[in-house]
Amino acid sequence: MSQYMLLVYEEEVETAVQAEREKGLPMLVELHASLREAGLLDGVQRLHPVGSATSVRVRDAEVELTDGPFAVTKEVLAGYYILDCADLDEAIKQAARLPMTHWGTVEVRPVMAPEEWLSVAQQAGADVPDEAVSELA
Amino acid sequence: MSGAAEPAGPVATAIARAFRDERSIVLATLIRQAGDFQLAEDAVQDAFEAAVTVWRRDGIPANPGAWITTAARRRAIDRLRRNRSVADRAQRLAELTRLDTPHEEPSMHEESTIVDDRLRLIFTCCHPALEMPARVALTLRALGGMTTGEIARAFLVAEPTMGKRIVRAKRKIADAHIPYRVPADEELPDRLRGVLRVVYLIFNEGYAAAEGEHLVHGELCDEAIRLGELLARLMPDDAEVCGLVALMLLHDARRAARVDSGGAYVALDAQDRSLWDQDRIREGLAMLDRAVRLRRPGEYQLQAAITALQIQAPDAESTDWAQIAELYGALAKLNPSPVIELNRAVAVGLDSGPAAGLELMEPLLRGPALERYQPLHAAHADLLRRAGDAEGAVAAYERAIALTANAVERAELERRLGALR
Repeated sequence: MSQYMLLVYEEEVETAVQAEREKGLPMLVELHASLREAGLLDGVQRLHPVGSATSVRVRDAEVELTDGPFAVTKEVLAGYYILDCADLDEAIKQAARLPMTHWGTVEVRPVMAPEEWLSVAQQAGADVPDEAVSELA
Repeated sequence: MSGAAEPAGPVATAIARAFRDERSIVLATLIRQAGDFQLAEDAVQDAFEAAVTVWRRDGIPANPGAWITTAARRRAIDRLRRNRSVADRAQRLAELTRLDTPHEEPSMHEESTIVDDRLRLIFTCCHPALEMPARVALTLRALGGMTTGEIARAFLVAEPTMGKRIVRAKRKIADAHIPYRVPADEELPDRLRGVLRVVYLIFNEGYAAAEGEHLVHGELCDEAIRLGELLARLMPDDAEVCGLVALMLLHDARRAARVDSGGAYVALDAQDRSLWDQDRIREGLAMLDRAVRLRRPGEYQLQAAITALQIQAPDAESTDWAQIAELYGALAKLNPSPVIELNRAVAVGLDSGPAAGLELMEPLLRGPALERYQPLHAAHADLLRRAGDAEGAVAAYERAIALTANAVERAELERRLGALR
């Protein structure tokens, strides 16, 4: 058995179009359940919109923050960490400890709580019960 | 005031005063209690809108601030009941409801909580994970009491653009969990420097406007000074906070003299000193004194001290250039920069003669950093002229003239060049 990370890319779209996407949540709940049943699913998480991103670099021992996502250059995605932190300050502090910040960039993105994911979809009109939250993530 | 209709008379005056004096205090505490910036701001906005109707009907309350606090808290409870995405919603609701009983009205012993809440708000608005324009806009809106429209006009940005910038910043604060707190001691110096940078940037944005197409944005200078003075009240033991306030006051004292009747910029040594605001100067000097007594020198204090020396001298010739040169030397040690080196060279040139100034300027002329910096070439030309090198001075003036975009500056440089020929 090998492990694979599936990276989801999509364009951020206007509210109305996004609401249509949110309505598709029942299908996703079903999909996650079937992956879990097959013993394939290790984890799935949704991220907050890219506007919540902070990029961390350390240069000359100075922590440099950029408000926003990592801009695509020659650097490629090389790995990931999932940390439980009290707030963004702690996440940035821990990110700045990674040696990769000295030559690369670490983008800090908040994970959306499953409850919020569900609530966002429900508000957009998705037909899913509150209990689906355990299937979702 | 945004949103509310413009009523006339005593109610309007009372609301305007409450908006100016109480809004940020109420907001700062409500953000902590409700746990959501946007929701708290909406609730405070609701409360001010309700005041327009209720105060006209029932009269102005004895304590407008307390009225706004209670009204905003109730609106926050309503909004929290409807909004399910706020973290710890049930807990927040319980706490707000508990506070919403008459005997729980805040009393004077909560003064320190109010101070802390305002500091929390300042540090959150100036958080380094927010882009600089967002920090500036959020600070002006949440603490300065400027509306989005006013901020947009001051920064020459369309109002919807500024609105989006502010909404996005508040969204990031919520989504990324930017904490609502005063940084811990070990991070405080760094974070405070960031806050002072935001305040000074607001001031400079207003002050430098005199050199552009439009007149001085006085309201930005006023807001920056108000923010600085607020910080000085909240953190009275910080020398650099006092230093920045002193620096802003001393610059601001010369506001009226920086623009001539035709709207053009007037350089320091050409200013009509009778137009300087003597009260402002006294306030600035007193603030600088207070800073120096704390015995923690820093960049803003040094800059304020340099400005104070320039202001206190009756004219350019009798200015204490030796001490100014020394202060620039100290500044260069704290924060090495070619522009500070240039200023030091100019001061040394005025104090010890052109040869000494030229010697310090030599490395700057060889380096690339200030190659296209007009003031370097203008200062170089002045020193060469004073040293008797007319040919070198002509070349340097020509270089300076080629680099200037300002008509007044160009006219002055051409006058000096003409005198050499």
